[in-house]
Amino acid sequence: MVLSGDSDLLEIVVLSLRVSLTATAIACFIGLIVGALVAISRFRGRNALLILMNALMGLPPVVVGLLVYLHLSRSGPLGFLGLLYTPTAMILAQTILITPIIAALSRQILEDLHAEYAEQFRSLCLTRMQTIQALLWDARYSLLTVGLAGFGRAVAEVGAVIIVGGNIDHLTRVMTTAIALETSKGDLALALALGIILLVIALGVNAAVQSVRMTAARQAYV
Amino acid sequence: MSDTALTLSASLSRPAKTTSILPVSVRDLVLNFGETTVLRGLTLDLGPTGCTMVMGQNGSGKSLFLKLLHGLMQPTSGQIRWGEYPAEKVTARQALVFQKPVLLRRSVAANIDFALKARGKDRTRRDRILDHVGLLDKAGQPARLLSGGEAQRLALARALATDPEVLFLDEPTASLDPASVLMIERIVGDARARGVRIIFITHDIGQARRMADDVVFMHGGRIIEHSPASEFFPDPKSDVARDYLNGKLVV
Repeated sequence: MVLSGDSDLLEIVVLSLRVSLTATAIACFIGLIVGALVAISRFRGRNALLILMNALMGLPPVVVGLLVYLHLSRSGPLGFLGLLYTPTAMILAQTILITPIIAALSRQILEDLHAEYAEQFRSLCLTRMQTIQALLWDARYSLLTVGLAGFGRAVAEVGAVIIVGGNIDHLTRVMTTAIALETSKGDLALALALGIILLVIALGVNAAVQSVRMTAARQAYV
Repeated sequence: MSDTALTLSASLSRPAKTTSILPVSVRDLVLNFGETTVLRGLTLDLGPTGCTMVMGQNGSGKSLFLKLLHGLMQPTSGQIRWGEYPAEKVTARQALVFQKPVLLRRSVAANIDFALKARGKDRTRRDRILDHVGLLDKAGQPARLLSGGEAQRLALARALATDPEVLFLDEPTASLDPASVLMIERIVGDARARGVRIIFITHDIGQARRMADDVVFMHGGRIIEHSPASEFFPDPKSDVARDYLNGKLVV
């Protein structure tokens, strides 16, 4: 089934990747900026914010799914957008789920790097924006791993997307929800095929990122 | 001055600033860390040119004094005036080289480009600067794979790329071999010849003798002595400086 390129299978895989990669990209954009700002800033209540950021890393997907569902349902505040049971709703749920992961992990990496660079940057009179740009660029290989952690969490998640996506065939069915459904129906062949693809994607992305990091480490860029 | 230095001097010649930040005047400078006083009422006047060596034992307050002069820290009390400006207003017209070079995780050339961009300088000067410090052939290499001497020359090149009027050096040759030390001294000497004001911390008495126009000697958070080098080395006024120069343990 995997090798024959079954069209249903392919459709599910492509949608999974589209949803999770889009959510990861949005979460990286928001999470890296938040992580960098918190990393270089000192303000009252910072410790409380750090605790909150770290706690949000463990957000239960079903709770996120429920909250997004309540907002997007017809009687909810964003019901007029008509997004419930669409891939956009799934992207939204996954973005909410992994943005705290990206923000918290990147904050730690960028704060450590900033401790090394801070005096040099002050001597060069860098602006806050220049400091953030420099930190993000110099930590780029470490941040790749952070992005990977976010993607891994998104693509493997089932609780949130099944609530806000509905697991509708040809519309919102992704790998994890399909595996859950097909297993319950007893169609283990499709479930296993999807499971294999999910594992291959996870291994492939990890291998690629590890390869990039090793190349960077050889040049002392990590 | 070498041909390269002359070329660099021409290429780095900066437009005249409207108001000079020299000389510098320090009055009653005190720095406390909590209940602990680490700098105790420093008062000092430094002229507009030359190389001032700051000497003294570890913990005497030299590096903190340098950071205060550079505007990286605020004193608890007292005043620093660079010309008519407070220290924190002239940081961008100065540069600091640390004992341990802080190099970005980028190529040698990118480290220079970063400083040039940060200070809004013309990036076409980069190769001339690298050539001046003998690193042009390593421009594309990762900066953090340079040897200790090369890394410090890159840090110095990056500082000079910003076209500073004052160059602070905090023990830049502390862990370098003699050849690397001489290269650093040659580059700093060229900068001084171009009119850059040098303020240099060192424990190396030989280096201080070679480079100094005047010496500030610190001990226990105080300035014990400030004398022309021609007077300090043959006849230091204070016992503690004399013992230091003679290699005696000073407690």
